[in-house]
Amino acid sequence: MYGFEAMTFNIHGGYLEAIVRGHRAGLLTAADYNNLCQCETLDDMKMHLSATEYGPYLQNEPSPLHTTTIVEKCTLKLVDEYKHMLCQATEPLSTFLEYITYGHMIDNVVLIVTGTLHERDVQELLEKCHPLGMFDSIATLAVAQNMRELYRLVLVDTPLAPYFSECITSEDLDDMNIEIMRNTLYKAYLEDFYKFCQKLGGATAEIMSDLLAFEADRRAVNITINSIGTELTRDDRRKLYSNFGLLYPYGHEELAVCEDIDQVRGAMEKYPPYQSIFSKLSYGESQMLDKAFYEEEVKRLCLAFEQQFHYGVFFAYMRLREQEIRNLMWISECVAQNQKSRVHDSVVFIF
Amino acid sequence: MGDRGGGCCPPMDLFRSEAMQLVQLIIPMESAHLTVSYLGDLGLIQFKDLNSDKSPFQRTYAAQIKRCGEMARKLRFFKEQMLKAGFSPSAKSLGETNIGFDDLEVKLGELEAELVEMNANGDKLQRGYNELLEYKLVLQKAGEFFTSAQRSATAQQREMESQQMGDQTLETPLLHEQETTTDLSKQVKLGFITGLVPREKSMAFERILFRATRGNVFLKQVPAEEPITDPVSGEKMEKNVFVVFYSGERAKNKILKICEAFGANRYPFAEDLGKQALMITEVSGRISELKTTIDAGLLQRDNLLRTIGDQFEQWNLKVKTEKSIYHTLNMLSLDVTKKCLVAEGWSPVFATKQIQEALQRAAFDSNSQVGAIFQVLHTRESPPTYFRTNKFTSAFQEIVDAYGVAKYQEANPGVYTIVTFPFLFAVMFGDWGHGICLLLATLYFIVREKKLSSQKLGDITEMTFGGRYVIMMMSLFSIYTGLVYNEFFSVPFELFGRSAYACRDLSCRDATTVGLIKVRDTYPFGVDPAWHGSRSELPFLNSLKMKMSILLGVAQMNLGIILSYFNAIFFRNSLNVWFQFIPQMIFLNSLFGYLSFLIIVKWCTGSQADLYHILIYMFLSPTDELGENQLFPGQKITQQVLLLLALVSVPWMLLPKPFLLKRQHENRHQGQSYAPLESTDETLLSVANNDSHGHDHEEFEFSEVFVHQLIHTIEFVLGAVSNTASYLRLWALSLAHSELSVVFYEKVLLLAWGYNNIIILIVGIIVFIFATVGVLLIMETLSAFLHALRLHWVEFQNKFYEGDGYKFYPFSFALLDDEDD
Repeated sequence: MYGFEAMTFNIHGGYLEAIVRGHRAGLLTAADYNNLCQCETLDDMKMHLSATEYGPYLQNEPSPLHTTTIVEKCTLKLVDEYKHMLCQATEPLSTFLEYITYGHMIDNVVLIVTGTLHERDVQELLEKCHPLGMFDSIATLAVAQNMRELYRLVLVDTPLAPYFSECITSEDLDDMNIEIMRNTLYKAYLEDFYKFCQKLGGATAEIMSDLLAFEADRRAVNITINSIGTELTRDDRRKLYSNFGLLYPYGHEELAVCEDIDQVRGAMEKYPPYQSIFSKLSYGESQMLDKAFYEEEVKRLCLAFEQQFHYGVFFAYMRLREQEIRNLMWISECVAQNQKSRVHDSVVFIF
Repeated sequence: MGDRGGGCCPPMDLFRSEAMQLVQLIIPMESAHLTVSYLGDLGLIQFKDLNSDKSPFQRTYAAQIKRCGEMARKLRFFKEQMLKAGFSPSAKSLGETNIGFDDLEVKLGELEAELVEMNANGDKLQRGYNELLEYKLVLQKAGEFFTSAQRSATAQQREMESQQMGDQTLETPLLHEQETTTDLSKQVKLGFITGLVPREKSMAFERILFRATRGNVFLKQVPAEEPITDPVSGEKMEKNVFVVFYSGERAKNKILKICEAFGANRYPFAEDLGKQALMITEVSGRISELKTTIDAGLLQRDNLLRTIGDQFEQWNLKVKTEKSIYHTLNMLSLDVTKKCLVAEGWSPVFATKQIQEALQRAAFDSNSQVGAIFQVLHTRESPPTYFRTNKFTSAFQEIVDAYGVAKYQEANPGVYTIVTFPFLFAVMFGDWGHGICLLLATLYFIVREKKLSSQKLGDITEMTFGGRYVIMMMSLFSIYTGLVYNEFFSVPFELFGRSAYACRDLSCRDATTVGLIKVRDTYPFGVDPAWHGSRSELPFLNSLKMKMSILLGVAQMNLGIILSYFNAIFFRNSLNVWFQFIPQMIFLNSLFGYLSFLIIVKWCTGSQADLYHILIYMFLSPTDELGENQLFPGQKITQQVLLLLALVSVPWMLLPKPFLLKRQHENRHQGQSYAPLESTDETLLSVANNDSHGHDHEEFEFSEVFVHQLIHTIEFVLGAVSNTASYLRLWALSLAHSELSVVFYEKVLLLAWGYNNIIILIVGIIVFIFATVGVLLIMETLSAFLHALRLHWVEFQNKFYEGDGYKFYPFSFALLDDEDD
């Protein structure tokens, strides 16, 4: 019932929407970033952050601080907030919130599998996993030798199981396979999430389809750029693109045959929303592309808060917070390594 | 701005906020810390942040603040450890050992290192201990399992053997025997792993094992009876002892990985029974050994924590004060020579001497060559509002501040609130029985004030405790009004002599329904008890209370307008006197003042005149004859004059003030706007700029001022009517209160009494008590409180109160405690 969700939304979603908007108000502002960028040491950063919402999470850390501690504590805050929201959520919002974490789950699976492939310690790998993408039997992933085992042993119990249907092969795992698996999984995940949002209907569908389409398109571009010069065939590449988004289907045809970054650019510039992103870059440059995409994403995520009575705000908030944590990580790395001139290279201001 | 009291009334501390001054302190660098510390002890100066453009870590004393933060963290760590160990820091510290800031930092660092090391050692030992405990458990459980399995296996074997012996006939195939022997040889290769797995993961563990080895394992799990402390996490959890049998090296690797993934602790286990027994005794021995070591370590740690606990509060306070001192120092700006700190801040005028003394003392104590310089700055900035309240007046001042903090030196309604607030409350809550209950409750708080103020109370108790003197006044006043209404839990008493009324003759049985005659003098105080329960009780009380409400309301609103006069006089604003105060007084009193006058006349003369009629027809047809509604001679002409005055006062309020303001503005700028014409344009601009900065006047927008005045006038004219009507809530709530208490008394207590049954009576009394306490004492108190609050905020204060000031927050160590926790 499009247009009528405002009438009943607040019964179940009102409290959490208020909560998430409150959290969003706690995101660091440009003034905060300016101050952070001027910090000389990590302790200065701690001092500044202790005046923000991160205060309670950092105040009990002993003084020689490390970048990892800052990032860990900031992530902990996000996880706490997420868990609180998940506790309070009712269907279908709780499913929606769970969908948000699947991306991290995929990353974690890939991380562990790659790690074991290179004979790394499982505990060490587990510490590196994103806490939002944890599931019970994640450590058992180390046992698996090939995709089929991976699926049969561990993933069959997780929400990722349905996404695996496309990539069950008996081939042994190697880096290439894993990367393909990651992208196949991501494709299936995005499509599933997209379908779920369409099913929810109303403003949620409208806003989420926009955000997810952007995500899918960005992945398509990244896959294309990363696969240039590898042995991935055109058809295989084509298979990794999600079946929705602005580029679907004609843009995908073009991307699939691209052989250098300028061809990608040529293909993308036909789409007005992406024109602005590529127009910022000089020819042949792909380094700054990530940042340009992040900036565009942040802009879109912020816009999601302009409308009320939809679930997109939860997705947007989680993404914005993750971006903020990435920013903090970058700033603190720069501060720790005395590379303050490079601070602005990768920081994406949220407001 | 004007001298204290405006010259029209004796100085009243609470009536005007303290005279403040902006002071500048120039403090030599070496004595800065001590000076600020003495000023913090004094607590009479509010520092201005002179470095607001700098971020916190760019300020002068950022490093010290960081150190303080670090020390505070250590103290929090100690506190946490003490709470874990189960004793709280002692409230009173032993001996005032004055420890320096740097020494304290070193000491805290040492203590922390010591404690951390002890904890680490303790944890290591504890871990070993827990591992041994788990091991012992595994040995016991798995041993049981192995013996039982062996027993059943031997039993089976024996059975089989006996079967074979019995069945060994010619038909027995030769192969059968070979099969069993090959089976035996295969069994030798079976390996096994024993260990513990958390119970909630055991199902998943089993499932994964099954999947990973394609069912080629045998898993046996036995739940451990008691929760076990996990050696790694140190948490108590329920666990299962498991034994897995597998065959082959690959399976073993897989199982080991799975065990690791599930956090299952593995322990070696010998198959041999003798070895098992040996292991168990060995493990038990080591457990008891470790136990004594751990106990000794714990004792040592407890001792350390106890010594910390003795001084914890003292240190904590020290760190807090240091931190606040450095925060304050960070607000001071550095002199160009970098030898002095310049502070600016607000302080009350009376504190000048004390501050100077503190400065001298600091200079002397720090052996500084030069003393700090104290000077008063002149500014047009509005100073903060500071009332010197005590524990009695502070709650009333809070009530006013909750609406808005008074503008600097504005007339403070808090003074009147002390009496009018409890009084208006009591008008709505008139019952001396209930009043006594409230009084007893609040006396409990007041008597135990010392004890209660030092401890943490719940939200609601905290609020009640904070307002204990307000409640005390409220209860005293409601005892008074209760006596006036003659109600004690709704029952009237003949306290002040006998009722003035009696039956016409001795035979009348129901004194409440049959006509009464007056036999004695009027009942001396309050309402005659004979009214109670009579048919005309409600009409009589309603008329009384309604009129009383109007009288009280008009009186309070007049007080409000008179206060606006005091404000106008104090701020030397004659415009407000002539074009606001006077027409407002005339308007209000010609309508509702006249009504009050009529009420009093009616009471005095006992006339039958209809006051509604008089007031309404005073507007509708002022020329008509009054007839039977005539209360005094010349009433008609009086009314016409009053009506005319009221009508005249409306444009009087509305029109002159904006025009006069405009003229004032023009006069003030006349000279400046014409004079520069002779010079060049540039100087014109610069002069105009200087002027606008120097006088910092706002742009005068006539239309805005006029609209503002229009709104103000409309608000007052309409407000006069609606506010007077609003005071009728006094009557309404008082009626509701007395009716409710009648209902509870008659329909619960008397009804229960009527049954002559002890159980019903007890139930009735219990219901009555709960209803009285819950509904009348708590709910009604709240609602009457809220209505009294509204009458003060809206009806009283909007007549004069601006409430756009800001509070004086002095830098004081005494206020530090409330900040944090």
